[in-house]
Amino acid sequence: MAATPRPKRLPGRPVILLLQSFVLVGFFLLWHVLTATNIMSPFFFGTPLAVLERTWKDFASGVIWYHLYITLLETLLAFAIGTVAGIVFGFWFARAPLVSAVFDPYIKAVNALPRVVLAPIFMLWLGLGIWSKVALGVTLVFFIVFFNVYQGVKEVSPVVLANARMLGASSRDLLRHVYLPSALAWVFSSLHTAVGFAMVGAVVGEYLGSAAGLGYRIHQAEGVFDTVGVFSGMLVLTIFVIVIDAVVTVIEKRLLHWRPQEAHTTGAQG
Amino acid sequence: MSVARAAPPAPHPALAIEGVTCSFASAHEKGAVYTAVRDVHFTVGTGEFVSIVGPTGSGKSTILNVIAGLLAPSAGRAVVFGEDLHGINPHAGYMFQADALMPWKSALDNVAAGLEFRGVPRAEARERARPWLARVGLDRFGERFPHQLSGGMRKRVALAQTLIVDPKIILMDEPFSALDVQTRQLMENELLDLWSADRKSVVFITHDLEEAIALSDRVLVLSAGPGARLIGEYRIDIDRPRDVADIRMTPRFLDLHREIWSQLRDEVLKGYAQTKLQ
Repeated sequence: MAATPRPKRLPGRPVILLLQSFVLVGFFLLWHVLTATNIMSPFFFGTPLAVLERTWKDFASGVIWYHLYITLLETLLAFAIGTVAGIVFGFWFARAPLVSAVFDPYIKAVNALPRVVLAPIFMLWLGLGIWSKVALGVTLVFFIVFFNVYQGVKEVSPVVLANARMLGASSRDLLRHVYLPSALAWVFSSLHTAVGFAMVGAVVGEYLGSAAGLGYRIHQAEGVFDTVGVFSGMLVLTIFVIVIDAVVTVIEKRLLHWRPQEAHTTGAQG
Repeated sequence: MSVARAAPPAPHPALAIEGVTCSFASAHEKGAVYTAVRDVHFTVGTGEFVSIVGPTGSGKSTILNVIAGLLAPSAGRAVVFGEDLHGINPHAGYMFQADALMPWKSALDNVAAGLEFRGVPRAEARERARPWLARVGLDRFGERFPHQLSGGMRKRVALAQTLIVDPKIILMDEPFSALDVQTRQLMENELLDLWSADRKSVVFITHDLEEAIALSDRVLVLSAGPGARLIGEYRIDIDRPRDVADIRMTPRFLDLHREIWSQLRDEVLKGYAQTKLQ
């Protein structure tokens, strides 16, 4: 009775994990064979052993930690600033229909702009340090959070709202006990996307011009035709993304425990 | 069956609805006006249980929203304990037809919410909410969230949530219509128990005539909309305490039912014809 329904009778989780690791090993094996037999040139494609060795060295010698720290810092700052700004403006627009009506086309226009083109501007304004990357990340995160908060405030159930008012809620109470929790639910459901975009902003910004960070490392390696360095940078970036995504999943589960459990098919597997 | 408290006779009824008309801009035609209820008069005494029955779309909820202060009438006024109502009715508790619990709050926090809104510190509000949860039989479910409770349990939480702030007038909009028959009768008896322990004025909306007769002191009949009016008023002289399941078989109940239904049936048919037209 308590057994979870399995529509297509999938094998258990350990088997899936095993199969997943086969895919990974198979990929590296294929890469290794193709480059070792020179079917694919090691100059253009690197070799998996060299990539792993380089990555290991970077971690062991500690060079990579500084760059990871910079990228993480930029990501977190972009995420925090973008989220706070998104919440504030989302609330404001949702509660002030005139403001929302007037600014609507401009918000849409800015959101339609590919944000990468802003990177050179930010670099001119804010220099090559972390803030130009943070700014780029903020422009990405802001709109996700903004639209979600706007929606969250707009879609508060009128019955729940009327009920709270009948129970004696002041407008401050409504904000704290009704609007904010509803909006935050929408924000958290877009947490994965927001964090991901914060990171895109950071790495792309670094790639286009900087003196530190994972994007900078990849760009440097590319500049000297160091394919192994490029792939190693990508590997580190991937690991970084998986770790961050897992952390976000944990936070999400803790903060949204009041929500009905949906099928969690996406998650820490990355 | 005299009330023990030696209160002086109230100079005003708990609630008086005087010539209330509610019109809305029509959603179908531009510029057209849809009148939900027209020129409705009635009063509800202190401690009286009044039901309003009427066909679907007769503006029952509209009347309740006027009493709650959620909706300002186009004409007429609602008078609460002798005072004109402006804004939210501070004496009223409202149990909605749809789920109205805050989904992000546990059952206990939902019950405690009304106290918190009145400035009671959170810890104390939660302490005072506990016995209320127990009274509706949910003392073991305080930490559950609404989605983890059954429909009947959510209604109980809503009932405790409404009653904890001690409203003098309780408004109920088909609160049990979504429940199955058995749960519904249990809830009706529980409601009567809670009500008779501490008589408050109740305005109960339902389309179920049996429910209305079983619970009420008085049943008001609303005509089919648009422009629904009150067309009938029946005193339910069945002794209390009542068991809603048992009294349905008594001759007096059946007499009253026949009498009210003969009037209500025509309105239901009219209402049905209207919905078919749309």
